[in-house]
Amino acid sequence: MSADTRSESAHRSGGIGALINAPQNSTRNIVFIAVALSVVCSVLVSGTAIFLRPLQLANATENRQRIILEVAGLYDAVTTGGELDSSELQRLFSQIEAHVVDLKTGKYVDTLNPATFDAQKASRDPSTSMAISEEDDIASITRRANHATVYLVRDDSGIRTLILPVYGYGLWSTMYGFIAFEGDANTIRGLRFYQQDETPGLGGEVDNPRWLAKWKGKLAFDDRGEPWIEVIRGNVDTTVTTAASDPRYQVDGLAGSTLTSRGVTNLLRYWLGKDGFGPYLKRLKRSGELQ
Amino acid sequence: MTATPKTVLIDPLIDNNPITLQMLGICSALAVTTSLAPTLLMCLALTSVCALSNTAVSTIRHRIPNNIRLIVQMTIIASLVIVVDQLLRAFAYETSKQLSVFVGLIITNCIVLGRAESFAMNNGVRLSFLDGLGNGLGYSLILIFIALCRELLGAGSLMGVPLLPLTRDAGWYEPNGLMLLPPSAFFIIGLMIWAIRSWKAEQVEEAEFEIHDTASTKP
Repeated sequence: MSADTRSESAHRSGGIGALINAPQNSTRNIVFIAVALSVVCSVLVSGTAIFLRPLQLANATENRQRIILEVAGLYDAVTTGGELDSSELQRLFSQIEAHVVDLKTGKYVDTLNPATFDAQKASRDPSTSMAISEEDDIASITRRANHATVYLVRDDSGIRTLILPVYGYGLWSTMYGFIAFEGDANTIRGLRFYQQDETPGLGGEVDNPRWLAKWKGKLAFDDRGEPWIEVIRGNVDTTVTTAASDPRYQVDGLAGSTLTSRGVTNLLRYWLGKDGFGPYLKRLKRSGELQ
Repeated sequence: MTATPKTVLIDPLIDNNPITLQMLGICSALAVTTSLAPTLLMCLALTSVCALSNTAVSTIRHRIPNNIRLIVQMTIIASLVIVVDQLLRAFAYETSKQLSVFVGLIITNCIVLGRAESFAMNNGVRLSFLDGLGNGLGYSLILIFIALCRELLGAGSLMGVPLLPLTRDAGWYEPNGLMLLPPSAFFIIGLMIWAIRSWKAEQVEEAEFEIHDTASTKP
């Protein structure tokens, strides 16, 4: 029996054999190949994703810890050559004190472990998060967790560095980062993002070290304690100070990335404002722990 | 020319190089070559995707229906790229962040689809694997050369290790900032094509039109 007649008879007999032996360009074969390929490829892709997830999560945690160290000024990737192994990272990170804060009351919550508390996950669960009303939602995040993890570095005279997690929407993506303050909780020490998917070369320049260096020494709050820091369009003019524009509160915009720049302003104003860390910062000021 | 294991592996290195002769894959050659470390990772990613997609396409080439063959090839390539991207994120996290979108963009790299469609659809599994490997290596050869030039001249270092003492650190080498910008990769590719075609004159294409000397045709 020739190959042609064999496939012809299988074709007629129906069942699996008909599918496997269907002629190359028959409709049956097209459907069979499309379905079989989709199944094989999706198993391959999802299998890899699930299998590698623990490793990727560990990498992401270490990356976040390294960014916290950098933004706090405890570690400088440029001067130390950029390599930091896990044990050294853990040693440096042990200088940092972490707390979970109840954002509404501004008080520390001892029942939640700062090492395992996941604000991103909590913000998706209605029982551990709140919806943000449209007018308040300047950072375009829709919901936020009731709690957040803050990081402190202390010295003899109190809090030396205060590091707060911030996030909000840029042009395409939610940008996740940390902002570090000096002991006065007003002077900015640094800003870094650890996760963003803005346009590489334009909005993606939020990770550019030269731009990030411009944040050091800027002030975040005006005299009444309202967040005033902003990313402006173009460059900051340091010679002019008016009621509406004060170079101490302004950072150069990213060229060609108006919406990403605006997103950075908005997310900082949200998280430093009354719905974000406002109550916590108020409590810190009253407690006398600040310098 | 008949395809033998040796020719399909060696030809794409210089004689039929995907970048300098076929002018494919230029986008990533400009984007990822500012320094050597991410370039090596990108070459590894592209070479493995190209070899594996060729192998997979060749294995089922008698079963792929003609009218959905491009979709089938793209599905295979896209799945392989996602797997490679996941592996990089798990095992080379820092460098993979520098490569950002460009690993994902291997899906649209003309070299990979070009080899699957023009070679793997018509040749055996072993030859197709070697052809994918050879083309990946041809691409890698060019990229590594570009990255060597760009990182050494642009930053005075290789693999992040400083080699030329920079003037800002009281050395003698003033880094050429242009080398870190995408146009420099164009210049280097252009110079390489010129050098290769001077050496192998058979690669020079015939002129599609002739330029007349207008002065001499005037009455």
